[in-house]
Amino acid sequence: MKVHVQINLNGEPAEFLAEPRQTLLECLRDTLNLTGTKEGCGDGNCGSCSILLDGQLVNSCLILGVETQGQCVETVEGIAQGSTLHPLQKAFIDNAALQCGICTPGFLMASKALLAREPNPTEPQIRMWLANNLCRCTGYDKIVRAVQIAAAEMRAQ
Amino acid sequence: MSTTTHYNLIGTRPPRHDGADKVTGRALYGADLKMAGLLHGAILRSPHAHANIVSIDTTKASQHPECRAIVTAADFPAVAERIVDLGEGETPLSYIRGNVLASGKTLYQGHAVAGVAATSPQAASEIAALIEVVYAPLPCVLTAPTAMAPGAPLLHSDLRCLEFGEPTTAPSNVSNHFRQVMGDSEKAFAEADIIVERELTTSTVHQGYIEPHTVTALWNNDGRLLMWCSTQGSFVVRDTIACMLDLPVSRVRVTPMEIGGGFGGKIPLYGEPVAALLSKKTGHPVKITMTRREVLEGSGPTPGSFIRVKIGAKQDGTLVAAQAYLAYEAGAYPGAMVSPAATCVFAAYDIANQTIDGYDVVVNKPSTAPYRAPGAPNAAFATETVLDEIAQKLGMDPLELRLKNAAKEGTRRADGAKFRRIGCVEVLETMKAHPHYSAPLGEPSHQQAKRGRGVAIGFWMNAGLPSSCTLNVHIDGSVGLIEGSTDIGGSRTSIAMMAAEVLGLEAADMRPSVVDTDTIGYTGVTGGSRTTFSTGWAAHDAAQDVVKQMKERAAKLWKVEEVQFENGVFRAGEHRLSFKELAAKVGEIGAPVVGRAAVNPKGAGGSFAGVIVDVEVDMETGKTSILRFTAVQDAGKAIHPSYVEGQMQGGSVQGIGWALNEEYFMSPEGRMMNASFLDYRMPTALDVPMIDTAIVEVANPVHPYGVRGVGEANIVSPPAAIANAIHAATGLRMSHLPMNPPSVMAAILKV
Amino acid sequence: MRSFDYAAPPTLAEALTLLAANPTARVLAGGTDLLVQLKSGRRETPLVVDLKKIPELKAINVDPAQGLTIGATVACFQITNHAEIRRVYPALAEVAGLIGGTSIQGRASLGGNLCNAAPSADSVPLLIALSARANVAGPGGLREIAVEHFCVAPGKNILGPGEFLVSIFFPLPAPGFHAHYLRFIPRNEMDIAVVGVGVSTTVQDGKVSAARIALASVAPTPLFVKEAGDSLIGHAPTPEAIATAAGIAQAAAKPISDMRAPADYRRHLCGVLTRRALNATLAPGVSRGV
Repeated sequence: MKVHVQINLNGEPAEFLAEPRQTLLECLRDTLNLTGTKEGCGDGNCGSCSILLDGQLVNSCLILGVETQGQCVETVEGIAQGSTLHPLQKAFIDNAALQCGICTPGFLMASKALLAREPNPTEPQIRMWLANNLCRCTGYDKIVRAVQIAAAEMRAQ
Repeated sequence: MSTTTHYNLIGTRPPRHDGADKVTGRALYGADLKMAGLLHGAILRSPHAHANIVSIDTTKASQHPECRAIVTAADFPAVAERIVDLGEGETPLSYIRGNVLASGKTLYQGHAVAGVAATSPQAASEIAALIEVVYAPLPCVLTAPTAMAPGAPLLHSDLRCLEFGEPTTAPSNVSNHFRQVMGDSEKAFAEADIIVERELTTSTVHQGYIEPHTVTALWNNDGRLLMWCSTQGSFVVRDTIACMLDLPVSRVRVTPMEIGGGFGGKIPLYGEPVAALLSKKTGHPVKITMTRREVLEGSGPTPGSFIRVKIGAKQDGTLVAAQAYLAYEAGAYPGAMVSPAATCVFAAYDIANQTIDGYDVVVNKPSTAPYRAPGAPNAAFATETVLDEIAQKLGMDPLELRLKNAAKEGTRRADGAKFRRIGCVEVLETMKAHPHYSAPLGEPSHQQAKRGRGVAIGFWMNAGLPSSCTLNVHIDGSVGLIEGSTDIGGSRTSIAMMAAEVLGLEAADMRPSVVDTDTIGYTGVTGGSRTTFSTGWAAHDAAQDVVKQMKERAAKLWKVEEVQFENGVFRAGEHRLSFKELAAKVGEIGAPVVGRAAVNPKGAGGSFAGVIVDVEVDMETGKTSILRFTAVQDAGKAIHPSYVEGQMQGGSVQGIGWALNEEYFMSPEGRMMNASFLDYRMPTALDVPMIDTAIVEVANPVHPYGVRGVGEANIVSPPAAIANAIHAATGLRMSHLPMNPPSVMAAILKV
Repeated sequence: MRSFDYAAPPTLAEALTLLAANPTARVLAGGTDLLVQLKSGRRETPLVVDLKKIPELKAINVDPAQGLTIGATVACFQITNHAEIRRVYPALAEVAGLIGGTSIQGRASLGGNLCNAAPSADSVPLLIALSARANVAGPGGLREIAVEHFCVAPGKNILGPGEFLVSIFFPLPAPGFHAHYLRFIPRNEMDIAVVGVGVSTTVQDGKVSAARIALASVAPTPLFVKEAGDSLIGHAPTPEAIATAAGIAQAAAKPISDMRAPADYRRHLCGVLTRRALNATLAPGVSRGV
């Protein structure tokens, strides 16, 4: 029996039908057609499915779609301002912080959540915050640097 | 071949062309694909490490209202056995089919037995669970030594060992035993002043790409089989599927989706033939995406290994003899990458007397697949730690020992090859001169900790393989670049840069596309460190073809015989037009300009890489922390330095995981106990420091830009370097990978 | 996951009614354990009862006279970020920042970590060291259970049919009170604790007047080693006294060998970590490693 769920999605009202057993990740990807959020493991250990729920960084693979009634959901599709990339998105491209790119949406959401909370994070703080996001291509070096660069740019704005 | 050493674009860092799509979530990876009428597939897998299949009953499953089709190995069309080349080695077709859907026996826990198509992924896996398979379990073998022991349970009744190239008659788990000999190592050992011999083992590790395997197959109404894959090699998929399903190659089209990592593991086929067969039965497109558990249990890890290395040296540090015994686990089907291991094990050194024995051994684990310099990290773990011991015993600086014996142009390997111009010495000298090598270690962070520094080097030979490229010159002087190399790490931009350099254009003027197997000429896998080398070469040559045609257009326009082209400008006498200006006029002069080239280059020119690493070992817990890490690598020429650095950093961190925590925990019954990212422990951002890089450029003499592939050699030496650093810190010689806290603690307590 | 129904009762009473009517229902807080178990087939249920709308389970209440009450569904990040908790119960704020990683902490609840009753639960040794008490609602009314009695077997808690955790209560720390949780994991984040040690000590007039030590991952449930804490009472916090306590804790451990560690390694770590955790509370100047 499907449940009607209404949320705020990337700043706009949205609604979908979900069976209770469908995760938020499935609802986003399969029902709402937002495939930017990825599945890497399905059990909360890789962070590819990271989104912001009421501003909080969470793994969407471990949340039921029906739980999110009335909440704010932010995904990678909503980070850019129209055609202007977010400083994090720009920094990731400019600093080669992605290779295959599959983990990138998760890292962008996680980094955005970090900088909202801590605009001037140290390297250890960045690494600790991002520890739930696995990357197998980059070795994390350029990701951390991109976050530092974006943070500096955002502080200057 | 260009001899220019000053480049306009090569060596700069333009933004990648697919960047905007990848940071906005618009880029389409395999699992993102949607299609009208799409069905979802699931695979039923064996729970046993080794078992005969007694019966398969699909009755209950097929009665489920959401079941649309079920397939087993019986659904493969009958074809004659033949050898198939996957792009990284030759394999009998029956083995490839057997790994995709088991026939008669299952050979590892996770071995696919049947495929189901249903209206939802959830229904598909519920229906698969309704298939009733009766197994007769058999005893299993899980390591090379146990599989090689007399009386060991045999995986394949028809497997016979090829011994020194000659077939033998007795059934065996060893499919191949080869030996490479140079000089007389026994005699040379007798004359050595110092000999060190060590036995080492390495556990099974997985490539660990974050995106699980995924495929969508549509057996179309016109009889063509269309596939959208997460694959490193569309043409490999096409050709292998055509073999497996007895189709002409022209009936199959493979479209590479954006890919979430591969590292070699996405060269073999897994769900592709199953999805194709399910699509054939249902008339619908069928998508199969593995779960993470399936990826770990059902797709190829790299071989675990048992290695013995013995090296003899003179008092002055000259290496006079070397012996290696390499017994590698192939997993369920033959094909452990032990031959490349033999090539690499002593490749960094000029040692006149060598004997290398390699054994390709089947065991009841998933069939191994290539993993970034396959076979070489295991071998380097042995060689580089033995050399560290020799240096220590001789009182020699470890880099000096290596420099004294470093391979150079003309050095022979035991596999018969002779090096052309290579950068082993340059890599070592860069390491020696690097500030890291002479930096103080710093005080341990607490009383029970010790610090140490280690070094190691490694080699990977790199591949050539065919590549094709087409260039379309547009009216505004932008150029469409069509190529077939799956872009796993930013390669489409490096390839575009190589064409743009010839044309005098900016990277942003190029429009690279990675296309399907109908649209581009044959192109080999994205693997083997060959993409920038080979597809880049094709792009370079295609650009030269464009220049030739543009000159002809200009000559026609200006009514002259000869036209010069330099720095992006066409000139004849007083006439001059930039590339873009001429492009705008092409339509009025003649036909559009379409450049093309295809290459199959030899002379890939191996890459040497080295690591300097500082560690701190907590002597009360055995935990090793990486304090500082410097990766050095010979890239020949770094086309886009950011992505060369990225390869070095990525391979380094994979090497760190391999060294410290990654392994397959197998129960005695052959079940993988840690088939999740929780307990298959890959490094997180908190586990590694910044990875400093130093790119060495010893130009590859055959390549237009001097490129050497860089994708792989960087993973070869980190485990050995870390082992050497642990020794420097603690005095312990670790002889098993991973060097995880319990094993380091056990070694500490034993002392 | 197999199909199930979903309900999100807005009051305690409605939750109790639902659970009484559906004995095989499972309650849901953060979901970071339950959903993993439902996906893997380790647990099955026809009805998921989401407790996150019930006010008592969402609340954090700091009573300066009595102590701290944290609702069962309160997420870890809320605990880590709460100014009063950080001030008065710093070890608790710290442990909430250790469970899983950032995105797990965005959702996972302290209450859920306790109810999941894993032998390796990161929060429970510290909850024991803090003398926490679980407030439970059920068909028989409300009852209070000392946290050290809450977990009864691996993955099994003491709750009876129709019962669920409402909140966890933490008494006010006495002057001279310090607590700390130390765990060993092979990586630096994300891993299940190979061994975890929660300690609390109260020092008055240069002597230990109270001490509690509890261990994770070395027994079927988190292990409260009363004798180890008791051995410190009345003594000055010397290295010898600490070593004695650590030795008692180590001897009480009953670890198994599994894929995360061999038993003897766990036993060894017990002693090391207990000593280091006690150093953290009793001699903070001494570096604690790990």
